[in-house]
Amino acid sequence: MFRARNREFFRDREAFGWNFLFPFLIILGFAVIFKGDYKAQFKVGVFPVASGVDARQAAANLPVSFSNFKAITFVGLEGRRQGLEKLKHHKIDLLVEAGVNPVCYWVSDASPSGAIVEKLLQGAMSPGSANDRLTKVDIQGVPIRYIDWLFPGVLGMNMMFSALYGVGWVVVRYRKNGVLKRLKATPLTAFEYLGAQLLSRIFLLMFTLTIIWLGCDLILDFSVYGSLIDLFGIFLLGSACMTALGLVVASRGTSEEFANGVLNFICWPMMFLSEVWFSIEGAPAWLKAAAQIFPLTHLLRAARKIMNEGAGLVDVLPEATILAGMTVAFLAIGAALFSWNK
Amino acid sequence: MNRHFQSVETKPALIETVDVRKHYKQVRAVDGVSIAIPRGCCFGLLGPNGAGKTTLIELIEDIITPTSGSVLYKGQKRSSQFRQEVGIMFQQTALLSFLTVAETLETFSRLYDQTDDVDELIRLCHLNEVRSQPNDKISGGQKQRLLLAMALLNRPELIFLDEPSTGLDPQARRNLWDIIRRVKSKGKTIVLTTHYMEEAEKLCDDIVIMDKGRVIARGGPEELIRKHCRRATLTVPGQQVGDLLAEFNGFWRRRGDQIIFRTEDVNALIQRLLSKGIDLSGVHVSTPNLEDVFIKLTGRSLRE
Repeated sequence: MFRARNREFFRDREAFGWNFLFPFLIILGFAVIFKGDYKAQFKVGVFPVASGVDARQAAANLPVSFSNFKAITFVGLEGRRQGLEKLKHHKIDLLVEAGVNPVCYWVSDASPSGAIVEKLLQGAMSPGSANDRLTKVDIQGVPIRYIDWLFPGVLGMNMMFSALYGVGWVVVRYRKNGVLKRLKATPLTAFEYLGAQLLSRIFLLMFTLTIIWLGCDLILDFSVYGSLIDLFGIFLLGSACMTALGLVVASRGTSEEFANGVLNFICWPMMFLSEVWFSIEGAPAWLKAAAQIFPLTHLLRAARKIMNEGAGLVDVLPEATILAGMTVAFLAIGAALFSWNK
Repeated sequence: MNRHFQSVETKPALIETVDVRKHYKQVRAVDGVSIAIPRGCCFGLLGPNGAGKTTLIELIEDIITPTSGSVLYKGQKRSSQFRQEVGIMFQQTALLSFLTVAETLETFSRLYDQTDDVDELIRLCHLNEVRSQPNDKISGGQKQRLLLAMALLNRPELIFLDEPSTGLDPQARRNLWDIIRRVKSKGKTIVLTTHYMEEAEKLCDDIVIMDKGRVIARGGPEELIRKHCRRATLTVPGQQVGDLLAEFNGFWRRRGDQIIFRTEDVNALIQRLLSKGIDLSGVHVSTPNLEDVFIKLTGRSLRE
C-alpha cells in the first residue's frame, strides 16, 4: 500500500506540479518582490525624488543610522500628494520630505508599523534634540484602519477564486464527464450556455459579497466614505470581469488537472501582485507594471478609492474603463475559443 | 471496400451517411461508411469495442465532424432543426449532481420548442419513486432510464441510443428493453449501438455489423444468421457416442469430453443419432446467433 500510494502521487501530474514546481515559483516570486538577502519590514516614502534617483540618498536630511537601517526600504515619490495617498492606503509606513530641516514627516495614527518607524526615527536623532529637528505633520482626514484597507482585498480575492474556479474548473469538468456533450445535443447554443454561466456566476458572486459584507460589517463596523451603490457597481463590474476570465480558462480542455494548474498559475500571482494582503510598494518597477495586467489590481484600486477615500464613479473611471475593456476582451476570447467537446 | 449498404426493403431513408470517414492521426475510426436508415425502423449498429460504432453514431448525431463524407437528414444537410427533432442517449454522460430527476427533465425540456409531459415520461421510464432524488443518489439502472427519458423529452422523430444497457444487470436490461419496445411501437426511428447480440436480436429490425471502422454486413437478425451461419450446434457427452463417431465423418469435432456436431438439419441429425442407439440425455442444442455471424465474418468475438 505504501508503494502503491507513492506511485499514485508521482503519476499524478497535478500533485507533482503543485507540490514541487509551484512552491518554487512562489518563493522565486517573493524573492523578486522583496529582493535582497534581508527582508525590509518597513517602508518610508521620500519626496520629492526624481525618477531614477536613489530615495535613500535623496533623504540626506535624515539621521545616518536611520537611513542605513536595513529593515527600512526607502521609496521615492514625486510629491506630497502622492505620498499622502500611499500613506493613507498603508503602502508606506512613514512619509518624509527630503532636504528640509527640521525633518518634516507624516505618519498615520492607524498604522502600527508607522508608530514603530516613528519611534525608530525619533530614536535615531541626537539625544535631546528630537523635538527641534523633527516636525510631525498631522494627516488631514480620518486615517484608514488596516482592516478597512484589507477588507476590499479579501472580498476581491474571494470573488476571484469563486469566479475562476466556479466557472473555469467546473466547465472543464463538465466537458470531461460528458455534460457539455449532452447539452450540445440539444438546441442550446454556445452563446446561450456561456451567457447563462456568466449571469449565474455574477449573481452568485454579488449575493455572496452582500451577505459577507453585511455579516462582517455588523461585527467590525467598516467605514465607507464613498457611496455604497458606487462600491456595489465596481464590484459588479469586477465580478463580470473575473467570470469572463474564468470563461477563457473554461473554453477548451478536458483535463481537470491542467485546468487546476492554469487557475493556480493565474490566481496566486494575481492575489499577491494585486495588493490583496500587502502593498508591493518598493518592488521593482517592472513587477508593478506586470500587476496592471490583473483585473483584481484595478478592482481593488477602485474599491479602495471609493471605500477609503470617498471617491465617486467619475474618480474611478480609469479603473472602471480598464475592467470593462478586459471584460469585453475576455468574453470575446472565451466565446471564440469555446468548444463543447475539445 | 466502399459498398453502400441499402435496406433490403428500400424504404425512404430518414437519415443516411455518404462515404463518411473519421480519422484520428494513425487511427481510422470510421473508414468510408455509407448507410441509409429508413423511417420507423429500429436500426442496430453491432460490433466489438473499438469497431467505430460510437464514432459513427456521433458523426450522425452531429456531435463530431467527419473528416470527409456527409450526413443527410430527410435528404438534406442537417440544419438547426435537426437538434429539435432528435433525441440522444449517450454511452457515458454525467448528470448535474445536485439537481433531482424531475428538475433535470424540467431543465432540459426548456431547451426545446415542444416537449412531452415530464410526469408522463417519468411514468413511462419508471422513475416515479426517484423523481425527487438528486441525480448522484440514483442507481445505475435508474440513471440509464433517466438518460432515456431525456432522449425522449422533445418527442423526437429519430432517437439515438448508444449502448443503452451497458453496465446494467439482466433485470434492469430487460426493463430498459421494454421501454424501448414501447417507444418503437409508436413508430419512432431508433438507432441503437450495442455489443450485446441478444439486445440486437430482440430489438432491431435491421442490423449493420461493424469492425475496424467499416461495415462488414447488413440485414435483419434472422437474415444475417441464415445467410452466414446456417448450422446449429448439437453437443453430446463424448462417452455416449463412443466408437460410433466414425460414422459421422465431417460433422463433428471434439472439445474436451464433449462432441460437437454442426448441422443445418437438427431433426435429421437427431434421428440419425437415435438410429445408431446413441443416448441423447445430456444433449444440448444451440442455434446460431449474431455472435456466431460476427465470429465467422471477422474471426473475433463481439466481447473482445
